[in-house]
Amino acid sequence: MRAFTRGLIGIAGFLALWELLGRSPLLPADALPPPSLVFGELVTQLTSSEFISHVVATVLAVLIAIGIAIAIAVPSGLVLGSVPAVRHATRAVIEFLRPIPSVALIPLALVMLGFGPETKITLAVYAALWPILFNTIYALDELDPLLVETSRVFGTGRVGVLFRVALPSALPFVLTGIRLAATTALIVMVSVELMAGSEIGLGYFIMEARSGPGRMDQVLVGTVVAGAIGVLLNNGLERIRRRWVAW
Amino acid sequence: MSNMLEVADLGHTYGDYEAIGGLTFTVRAGELVCVVGPSGCGKSTLLRTISGLITPSRGDVSLKGSHLAVVFQDYQRSLFPWLTVQGNVEFPLRSLPRAERRARAAEALEWVGLGKAAKKRPWQLSGGMQQRVAIARALAYRPALLLMDEPFASVDAQTRFELEDLLLRVRREHDTTVLVVTHDIDESVYLGDRILVLSNSPARLVADLDVPLPAERDQVTTRTDEAFVALRSKVARLLNVGKPSIDVEKWAAAERESLSETVPS
Repeated sequence: MRAFTRGLIGIAGFLALWELLGRSPLLPADALPPPSLVFGELVTQLTSSEFISHVVATVLAVLIAIGIAIAIAVPSGLVLGSVPAVRHATRAVIEFLRPIPSVALIPLALVMLGFGPETKITLAVYAALWPILFNTIYALDELDPLLVETSRVFGTGRVGVLFRVALPSALPFVLTGIRLAATTALIVMVSVELMAGSEIGLGYFIMEARSGPGRMDQVLVGTVVAGAIGVLLNNGLERIRRRWVAW
Repeated sequence: MSNMLEVADLGHTYGDYEAIGGLTFTVRAGELVCVVGPSGCGKSTLLRTISGLITPSRGDVSLKGSHLAVVFQDYQRSLFPWLTVQGNVEFPLRSLPRAERRARAAEALEWVGLGKAAKKRPWQLSGGMQQRVAIARALAYRPALLLMDEPFASVDAQTRFELEDLLLRVRREHDTTVLVVTHDIDESVYLGDRILVLSNSPARLVADLDVPLPAERDQVTTRTDEAFVALRSKVARLLNVGKPSIDVEKWAAAERESLSETVPS
């Protein structure tokens, strides 16, 4: 409870600082609308079906991207983690691809995939792959040989060991990877919506609010909502991890 | 009595290092045999070759029956933390129908006195209870041979006595053939019908001793029995306990020499 109270005090302090800064003459007028204004606008926007459809579009695209990233990265991680030959063969390529920022791939993705939601989902998948892939490989490295020996003594074959021992034992790491990937996917999603391609989504809403009417309060509403989605994703996945993986 | 396990001229070499140097012995049906040897003498290698985890460099291991089960020393790392106690015991029984799997796991848990802990996770139990889960898992598999690798070396003394008696009880009740690998002389005499004494590496058979004690054993009276004490001393002598090894004597000689050089006379 004390931690919770301290958290509230922290948030209140942050909002007070923001309010002061927003009303101070240090910043140009309307550059940073104070929270009192932003939260008023937030309430207005939350009742607007147009805004809600932007939010839904982004959340849905993020969830799809996470799903695709899991479907690609977990099996790949299992193969790379359990077959050293494949891992050595792909190491150089992976080390090259991994540090490329997704945003740098926007032009390429636009040319290849056009302006539809495929582009932003593909780029988010690209960014979300790595934490899941590396956590899966790492988890297999950490697999206790005694667990494998135990299962082999009890007549479990290679494939059985992979699915009945390696995969469940990797699950905690994999779920942590997914949680990290979810945040990354959200960041990339909003960035791509902001910069290119999209006609809908939270990033698009933010961009439109700034470049059209110059409504900084709406820009900040978009920002606050993006942050809230991030917190919800992170906490939700952490909760799932704790529930499924109690050991 | 028929032989459950026959080991013939079993040898294993890792590179240049010879861990086992040609072992021949048998374990008869229903017998509890203890293998005792100095630490690092290749006991684990022996266990791993018998269980099929490694293929021996030479020799033969033949088991009468389709499969064996192993109880490892490190119960914490040998139980699957994501499965319940019940799930762990059912693990080897995957080929059976669900209902039979359930029934056999429940039965095995009853044997080790853990009927009430079936729904728990292994890590919620004490060390001794975890090792009992591992024993139940091995028993539920109905192995031709139960192999145990230092099974009670990681629990406290009290629990160790309890588990030893539990092992003696279940193997008597279910006529299980057991091979226990241990470095503990007292334990080998207390548990065994027979004791195989191994030499330092490469492990060779030094002696194959019958244990002249009644089948019913008791932690207090058996351990003070004259036959127990006599056999324990015999095994200890065979293992060279208390005598400095050749290496130690060499070091001592070298040390004396270096001292006589530096001390001014």
